[in-house]
Amino acid sequence: MDYGTIRGLFTLLIFALFIVIVIWSYSKKRQSSFDEIANSILDDDLKPAHPNQQSKQETNNNV
Amino acid sequence: MSQTNMSAVDYNFDVVRQFTVMTVIWGLVGTLVGVLIAAQLIWPALNFDTPWLTYSRLRPLHTNAVIFAFGTSALFATSYYVVQRTCKTALFGGKLVAFTFWGWQAIILSAIITLPMGYTTSKEYAELEWPIDIAIAVVWVCYAIVFFGTLAKRKTSHIYVANWFYGAFIITIAVLHIGNSMAIPVSMMKSYSIYSGATDAMMQWWYGHNAVGFLLTAGFLGMMYYFVPKQAERPVYSYRLSIVHFWALISLYIWAGPHHLHYTALPDWTQSVGMVMSIVLFLPSWGGMINGIMTLSGAWHKLRNDPILRFLIVSLSFYGMSTFEGPMMAIKSVNALSHYTDWTIGHVHSGALGWVAMVSIGAMYHMIPLLFNQGRMYSIKLINTHFWIHTAGIILYIVAMWISGVMQGLMWRATNTDGTLTYSFIESVTASHPFYIMRFLGGVLVVAGFVIMLYNMIKTIRAADGSLQPIEAV
Repeated sequence: MDYGTIRGLFTLLIFALFIVIVIWSYSKKRQSSFDEIANSILDDDLKPAHPNQQSKQETNNNV
Repeated sequence: MSQTNMSAVDYNFDVVRQFTVMTVIWGLVGTLVGVLIAAQLIWPALNFDTPWLTYSRLRPLHTNAVIFAFGTSALFATSYYVVQRTCKTALFGGKLVAFTFWGWQAIILSAIITLPMGYTTSKEYAELEWPIDIAIAVVWVCYAIVFFGTLAKRKTSHIYVANWFYGAFIITIAVLHIGNSMAIPVSMMKSYSIYSGATDAMMQWWYGHNAVGFLLTAGFLGMMYYFVPKQAERPVYSYRLSIVHFWALISLYIWAGPHHLHYTALPDWTQSVGMVMSIVLFLPSWGGMINGIMTLSGAWHKLRNDPILRFLIVSLSFYGMSTFEGPMMAIKSVNALSHYTDWTIGHVHSGALGWVAMVSIGAMYHMIPLLFNQGRMYSIKLINTHFWIHTAGIILYIVAMWISGVMQGLMWRATNTDGTLTYSFIESVTASHPFYIMRFLGGVLVVAGFVIMLYNMIKTIRAADGSLQPIEAV
């Protein structure tokens, strides 16, 4: 097999992989875990602000 | 549950604070240099016959300052913030973390010194000479160690999509930088590229366009996927679309470089491949834009009273606009009109000031209060003022460049019946003059916006801890 054919087959392989990724990500089974991941960043709040005065002072000096 | 977990994690926010403050400062410096060179195009005497104040030396300083000082500092700040928050763990790497900050600032400083002195490789966006290139590679590898080390010790089972984009950006920029900067040094500040002729040009735009694709796009998409949902307080529109978006974008972008070399010595088929791949790129770009904007679906009213969210969402509109314009300009027949004209400059700035700067500014306004123990920025009104000044500035800028660019393209190609050129080059320069004034005014507005932002940031940092309370949305 010459170089050109190998590259052509490689392109087809990548294309097939992409289709697999699309099917995988849109499968019903993944729905709940994806929802969970999407929401995960909203659950955590910095609210109970651990007032680390020291590092704040440091940065103030830098400004 | 997560609340108690949260307070237990001792995040490393020092480095995030440092990069955040520098982002705002470099944003101001970079755009200020831009305004100076815009003024030089109207009043050439502004170089004062001083070599290091000439347009040719300040222009690379401007591009390096906005891309590598402002943009990349914003990426460092937000990636270090996002990777810690989404992995619920502190940064990996100990002293390496601080080294990435001081190392990167030292590189910026060396650019500020060497570029006006005239040291340049003459490769666009890769002008810095070989000793600085080596320093960049070293700092970048440390950045990768910190980022991926943090991912490796994460406390969550999954890796949130924003980190995928940041990760792709970090790896690809390392590959591009090292690949394109291969050179043979002949003295301390002079080197020659190991590539020659058309190969050199191809390498240069493989680097150049993917610096746009991975630094100015993938990195900032990572920012978008975290800060848009966070500011809107809603999960991203479709997480599955974000996965398809990621793989489509990173597998397609890498091929688009040849559209910078239409009608040159580059083989014709390579130009055509570059053109086709650039057009296909429209799909993942708009997929990502829709995913970001639709996050607000059902909550559009939030745009009315939240200027930070407005920055983030309007940045996506500009992203959609310039990723439509880009593929169009990559079509060879359109490129025959647009290339080498001001249209290209307008396109770049709609991406840079609209997409990159606006999404960064939005993310900074979101982060600054959290990093400095405040409930909100010092003045929400000033954020709103910044938003409108910045938007007006961009519109003045890109409209001026569109008109000037298309006009230049048409004047340069116009021929008389006997085949001679209708216009001399200087006639097109004269015709562009009013639009250069309009562009200059747009730039002044953008700089004014950054001054307001700097003031607002300093007031927020200086305020007593927790004294700025969040305002309840009406």
